[in-house]
Order: sequence, then C-alpha cells, then structure tokens
Amino acid sequence: MSEIKSILSQLDCVAKNPRRQLDMIIDGGKNVVGCLPVYCPEELVYAAGMIPFGIWGADGKELSKAKLYFPAFICSVLQSALELGLEGAFDRMKAVMIPVLCDSLKCMGQNFKAGVPQVEFLPVIHPQNRKTEAGQEFLRSQYMKLRKRLGEIGTPISDEKLAEAINIYNNHRRVMREFSETAAKHPELISASERSAVIKSGFFMDKAEHTKLVERLNLLCGAEPVVPWDGKRVIVTGILADSSSLLSIFEKNGIAVVGDDVAAESRQFRTDVPVTKDPIEGLARQFADMEGCSVLFDPEKKRGDMIVKLAKERKADGVIVLLTKFCDPEEFDYPFLKRAFDAAGIPSILIEVDRQMVNYSQAETAVEAFREML
Amino acid sequence: MEERKPAKILLREIADAAYQRAWDAKNAGEKVGWCASNFPVEIPAALDIPVVYPENQAAAIAAKGGGQRMCEHAEGLGYSNDLCAYARINMAFADLKTCEELDMPQPDFVLCCNNICNCMIKWYEALAKTLNIPMILVDIPYNTEYEVSEDRIRYIRKQFDEAIQKLCEITGKTFDPKKLEESMKVSNRTSRAWLKATDYCKYIPSPLNGYDLFNHMAVAVCARASVEAAEAFEQLAEEYAQSVKDGTSTYRGEQKYRIMFEGIACWPHLRHTYTALKDRGMNVVATVYADAFGFIFENMDEMMAAYTNVPNCMNIERAADMRIKIAKRTSIDGAVIHVNRSCKLWSGIMPEIERRLRTEVGVPTVTFDGDQADPRNFTPAQYDTRIQGFYEVMEENKKGGGR
Ligand code: SF4
Ligand code: SF4
Repeated sequence: MSEIKSILSQLDCVAKNPRRQLDMIIDGGKNVVGCLPVYCPEELVYAAGMIPFGIWGADGKELSKAKLYFPAFICSVLQSALELGLEGAFDRMKAVMIPVLCDSLKCMGQNFKAGVPQVEFLPVIHPQNRKTEAGQEFLRSQYMKLRKRLGEIGTPISDEKLAEAINIYNNHRRVMREFSETAAKHPELISASERSAVIKSGFFMDKAEHTKLVERLNLLCGAEPVVPWDGKRVIVTGILADSSSLLSIFEKNGIAVVGDDVAAESRQFRTDVPVTKDPIEGLARQFADMEGCSVLFDPEKKRGDMIVKLAKERKADGVIVLLTKFCDPEEFDYPFLKRAFDAAGIPSILIEVDRQMVNYSQAETAVEAFREML
Repeated sequence: MEERKPAKILLREIADAAYQRAWDAKNAGEKVGWCASNFPVEIPAALDIPVVYPENQAAAIAAKGGGQRMCEHAEGLGYSNDLCAYARINMAFADLKTCEELDMPQPDFVLCCNNICNCMIKWYEALAKTLNIPMILVDIPYNTEYEVSEDRIRYIRKQFDEAIQKLCEITGKTFDPKKLEESMKVSNRTSRAWLKATDYCKYIPSPLNGYDLFNHMAVAVCARASVEAAEAFEQLAEEYAQSVKDGTSTYRGEQKYRIMFEGIACWPHLRHTYTALKDRGMNVVATVYADAFGFIFENMDEMMAAYTNVPNCMNIERAADMRIKIAKRTSIDGAVIHVNRSCKLWSGIMPEIERRLRTEVGVPTVTFDGDQADPRNFTPAQYDTRIQGFYEVMEENKKGGGR
C-alpha cells in the first residue's frame, strides 16, 4: 500500500515540476527536444539519443509577451506555451517540434520561430489524407527529413535504434493502457488527480523509466482486492484534463475518471506503432491507424461512438466534455459528441476550460448538478 | 465604339449566373457540390460539374444583414460562437435549407481544400456527416518552408488524380485530360487579367476604389476557369487603363492617403468601415488578394505549387515578403489591419507581420477588432477612434516631409 502511495507521489512531483525535471535530465547529460501537441514522432527523438519533452502550456501562467504575437482568441495551451518560450523556459532544449495539425498550431510554429530564435524550430508536417498511399508516402518523406535533422542534432538514427525506440514506446503505450484500466478498477486507490499526474508525468520523463514505475504501480494495484465504489464513474474527453482545481472538484464530488478520450492522455497511447521492416513505414502507418481524434481528418466522425463504447466498457455513469476554449477542432466535434451521447442515453455535460481560468465556481456548480443527475 | 456593359456589371452577372447554373443543374437532377473557395476549381470545371461556394454565400448573407441571425442559429445547433462565422452561417444554412438573403442548392457532395485553414476540414466533415454525403479532401499541408518541396508537390498531385476519380464515381461523368488542360489555360488567363487589373492600384491617383476588389475577388477565385470571367477581367483592366489616361477614378473625391487593407472585409459593416476611410480621403490601394489570387502556372507541378502559395498556407517570411512587396509597389502611406475574430490562422501571425511591415516599409499601421461575418464582433466606436488616430499620424508624416 505505501509503495503505491510513494510511486504516486513521485509521479505527482514530476508532473508538477516540469522545469526541475528538464534541468535534471539535461544536467544528467542528456539532450532534450520539446514536443508540442498533438502528435510528434517522439520515437525519432528517442532514437537520436535524446529525450522528448512534452510542451502543453501551463496553468495560471500570466500572459504578457505572448500578447505581442497572438490575439486573445487563440487557445490557452498555445498562449501559455509561447509565453514560456518567450521567457526562455526552453532555452536549454536542443530544438522544439511543432506540428501543424490545427490552425493555431500553424501560427504557433511561425511565432515561435520569430520570437524564440535561440531554440531551433522543427516543423512536423502530417498529411490529413493519411490513409492513402499518397499520404503515407508524404509522411514517410517528412519523417525522413526529421530523422536526418534529429540525427544531426543528436546521434545518427539507424534502423536498429529506431526499431528499439519504437519498441520502448509501444511498451509504454501498453503499460499506460493497462494503467487506465487499473485506475478504472481502483478509484479508491487512484484519485482523479493522481490518475492525471501519472499520465502527465510521462511527458517529462524518459519513457523507459516511466514505464517501469507505472508497470510496478499497475502490478501493486492489481494485487489489491476490488472494492465497491460508492461515487460516480465518468469518462472525460477533450484536449486536456489536468487542471488541479477541476480535478479536486471531481474528487470532492466523489467522481472517478474511469477512462478518457483526452488528447494529452489516452489519444497519446491508444494506437501502437506497427512493427515493420522499415521502421519509418511503421511510424507513418501509426498515424493512419489513429481514430477518433479531433485534429485528424475523419468524415465519418467516429469519435462519439468510440466514447460511447468506452463508456459502456468501463461502466461509466456519464461523460464530461472538457472543452478547451478557442479550440476549433474540439468545438466542431462537440455537436456530434452530444448527439452520440444522447442517442446512447449517456448523460453528459460540457465544461469550458482554459489554462488561464482562476474562478472555478461555475464549473463546480455544473459538476455538482451533474453528479446529482447521475 | 459599340456600347458595352461595364466590367463591374459583367462580374456581378458572372457571380449570379454561377448560382443560377447550379440551380438549373439541381432541378435537372444533376449532382451539385459545395466547394471550398481555394479548392482547385480546374477540377470541377474540367468535369463540367456545377459547384457553389459556401464562403461566398456566407459573405453575401453577412453583407445583407443576415449574419447574426444565421450565426445564432448555428450556435443553437451546438456550434460555439468562437468558430469561423462563415462556417457557422453555412452550418445554419445546411440545417435551414433556405435563406432569404441568398439561396443556393443543397449539395450532393462537398469539395474541401485546407490550404486556407484546417477549420475547413472540420467544417466540411460536419457537413458531410450531417447531410450524409461524400466529402473529397485535397489536403494541402501548411507550408513551413519558403518554396514548395518536391514531396509536397507529389502528394498534392496524387490527390488531384484521386479527387478526379472520386468525382467521376459520384457524378457518373468521365474525365477528359484535354478538358483539364483547357480549364487550366482559361484559369491562367483569368488570373493574368486579374493581376493586370489590380496592378492599376499602383497609379497615383489610383483609377479604382480599392473596396471594389472585395466584390470582384469572388469571381477571381471561384469562377476563374470560365472564359466569361477572363474576358470580364480583361475588360476591367482596359477600363482602368482608360481611367488612368483620362485621370478618372471609381474612387470619388481626392485621394489623400493610399492605404493597405489587411484581411478579409468586415461584410456586416462594410459601409461603416468604408465611410470612415472615405471621409478622411483614404483609398485602399493594396490588399493581399490582389497578388494572392493570381494563380499562374505553366504545368501541373506549378499548379500544385500555386495552390500552396496562397495567403494562409505560406510561412511568415513569405507572407511578410508578399505584403512588403505589394506595399512598396503601391506606395502606401499606411496599413489598416483587420484582426478578424473568425480567422485564427490569418490573425494569429498578424502582430508579427505588422511589425515587419512597419520596419521594412516604414509606414504607420493600425489594427481593429472585427469579424468578416458576425456583426457582434465589431465595435464602430473602436474602429472610428483607431482610424482617426491613424489618420492623424499620417497627417503628421505628411507635414514632416513624408509622402
Ligand atoms: S488542437 Fe485545440 S487546444 Fe490544441 S493547439 Fe489546436 S486549438 Fe489549441
Ligand atoms: S475565414 Fe479563415 S477560418 Fe474561416 S474559412 Fe476562411 S480561412 Fe478558414
């Protein structure tokens, strides 16, 4: 029991102190490459002997310098990430990778290049027609360019090293999926905040080390008896679900997160990289295999049904949609999610979230009312 | 000389005729598409497939005062009021199926191209899913480089073939490569004429009222592949040439200041935004549309590159260079920048573009908050105050021996 708590607090500490974590990794002799949302080919960084480091902004960051680049109606994930960059928080990184998966990310890359010239900007260009051969060929070509540059920044990337990195990452993904199930079985052991911290800490650690800790956690929790949970069980969906204020409101209301479709959580680890002879091919394939994400082209809009299926599997009482303010991709998906939940008879609520949010009283009232309804 | 209609009338007729043609086709049982403004028009044109443009309709609805009503309807359907107002208006129209300001037929398929934004993808996905119709996406990834790389050209080129094949399946039409060549030729001719006509802005005084371009632009983008459009723009250029000779202009009054208007027009407040400039003797002589919608290409590969080199698809260096080039060529005295609430991509790099304009062209700039189609995101008082301040700076500059 105490070992569970000790792993949880260790990971919580990492999740809360990314800057200290960054210094520790670099002082320990490793180079770091920053990775912005939503998907970066982290395996390439890892294979070049460097540590990929997640950059998803920061809660409560006061914006001043970022205002010189972004108008107010850009999401707070990027506003706060840019503010950090302009403040010099990434200066010790070798480079920062920024995809172009949404319009605001496109601007982010350009503003980063202009405002943070001291850190190399590495654009990550994904195709949206990702399942066709043309899209796959393009992605392989883009990944090859990144492979070359990352190999120059770190150490050259051989096929063997890349295959090894993919293996480490797939392993991490498997363990994280197991963790999500473990947390669903043991809400009495893992609170909503702890669940979030376990996942979030993975952005700031060597994946091999993170895997070991989470694997151990899964094992220890798995050995505990399953006890009845008298609170409510919910699925969360959105870009982020790491706000400590919000998570403590969940806890206060006896709400456990038993599964998620969150961009910074399960979407990062629900799809493995297929093992192929040419590892670049596998990496590109993975991008085609992903489903149900707001930033990936999907005219069938499978996301709603995927969440309904997850809710049923995890015996959830309802779904909480955490909509990141000013996030086009998520805002466009919302009407379809709502329709899918209603059709399946699953109660849901929409809570708008923002990294700059300080007043959670409205959210609190909404959560309380929702809880009553379940 | 035989009496002929002024080009501006011809252009309006071309725009109207495109809607009529789509209605006729729809009534005759043909399949009709909705098409993103920067989708390669050469494709539907080559297959002789009628399409209409939701962005175009949304702009017209907004200009006629229907923007707020339509936006609110979309919000009632669950679409956030933070989303692009063109998208909201169109989602409302897809739900209501009719609109008093401007109607158009419902689609049997949608043609999407994200070279202007990824918002487009989400919007057209929503259409395809709601209306249960096929969606064709030509994906043109945002270009972080200055030039268009080989692999991008290959990727886009293959998608052209796939799009043509899918369109044939949907409509039952057959593809004739000769017709594609023909539509490419016409489209080039139109673009050349457009560039030529807009280039008259560089004359002092300018023979045209720059606000006219907001109206003509739609034809340059959407009807490019038609001979009528090419002829109308050629005529427009001739008219401007004549005006230069005669010393006349479609701008009424003295042109005291030459300005760049950066961004999409504020359709719901077109008159207001215009009058504040006009009252102070400012004429718009520069917009990015002038150069940006001149799609010139000699062959297929160049066509792919041309579709990448559109305003919202280029990196910041290229985007700034394009504006600086236009500003210098047209000898602007200042720039008015529309921070458009609808368009994250356009507005999201504007502060940096503004700085580069100021330093490299050495002119004053002013920004105002607005929206291309949702009237609620514009405050007349803010606009007026900003324009007045901007005017005073230009006056000072002039006194101080500036232009
Ligand atoms: S996907 Fe949404 S939250 Fe993420 S960067 Fe884009 S706009 Fe921001
Ligand atoms: S205004 Fe901007 S966001 Fe809206 S459709 Fe046009 S390019 Fe896209």
